[in-house]
Amino acid sequence: MDIIKAIEAEQTARLNQIEENFRIGDTVKVHFTIVEGKTERIQVYEGLVIAKNKSGVNRTFTVRKISYGVGVERVFPLHSPRIAKVEVSRRGCVRRAKLYYIRGRVGKAAKVPELVRKKSATKK
Amino acid sequence: MVGLIGKKLGMTQVFDDAGLVTPVTVIEIHPNVVLGERTVDKDGYQALVIAGGDELSEKRVLKPVRGQFGKNTVRKHIREFRGEHEGVEVGSELTVAMFSDTGYVDVVATSKGKGFQGVMKRHNFGGGRATHGSKFHRANGSTGMAATPSRVHKGTKMAGRMGHERCTTQNLRVVRIDEEKQVVLVKGAVPGPKGSMVIVSQAKKRNG
Repeated sequence: MDIIKAIEAEQTARLNQIEENFRIGDTVKVHFTIVEGKTERIQVYEGLVIAKNKSGVNRTFTVRKISYGVGVERVFPLHSPRIAKVEVSRRGCVRRAKLYYIRGRVGKAAKVPELVRKKSATKK
Repeated sequence: MVGLIGKKLGMTQVFDDAGLVTPVTVIEIHPNVVLGERTVDKDGYQALVIAGGDELSEKRVLKPVRGQFGKNTVRKHIREFRGEHEGVEVGSELTVAMFSDTGYVDVVATSKGKGFQGVMKRHNFGGGRATHGSKFHRANGSTGMAATPSRVHKGTKMAGRMGHERCTTQNLRVVRIDEEKQVVLVKGAVPGPKGSMVIVSQAKKRNG
């Protein structure tokens, strides 16, 4: 078992260029490397983080967005070397760890209120 | 091609060169020792005797087994590999480096025992309807014909003990070899429980 843990730790250490600086309910921009034949380019996927699953190397997060009126959810492995970076564009204020209830909602009801920190909290 | 004796440690996932998630089985292979060889003149067949697995204390094995190891340390498993094996000398050590230019391997192991199982699980029979007045659910149904032959043929698929048998998984891709940790990572699953003995050899039906 220890060897398996060592292999996993090696990977998370080597590949963890991105910090897990986002939380459930945040709106993020995921810069994802796409390989087209021989060329590589970075595609930005923006949406709401509705879930984080598993732990260690297996850790994933789910990003949901509405694309041309259709709900799209993508699951990214957190330690994937293909993720260039994750930008947080908006902090959300939620009380759940999994925002699956968003799926059944449309328009304004599907919005997550923005997290507004008090001044004392932001100062530190 | 000679195989190596190793131990299944378990499964995990790694990111391959393309950055894709690959499910892998981790197999630990401590250097195997070539104990001797069987020759046509002496034994009637050609084979190599390989010892592998964990090291054991001398007290743990019977004297006839101990004797086979000679000056080498006592190991858990001894296996013979039939045929001519060029370039492998008696007394030499075989390590995971042997697979460094092997693309695919076959893995032999003993599958997990499933106990006494019915025909649906054991032989993939279809079974019957669950509802709508059906009285035929998971039974095996007919096992033969009529007055001729008025007996059941040998080998007819029925319920019984399942699993715990020698099982080969072919053409598993070698994802990574770690000579320092003495492990080899192969893509996909390997038969048997964690900690069990496996024999890894070059893929028979696939080269490169």
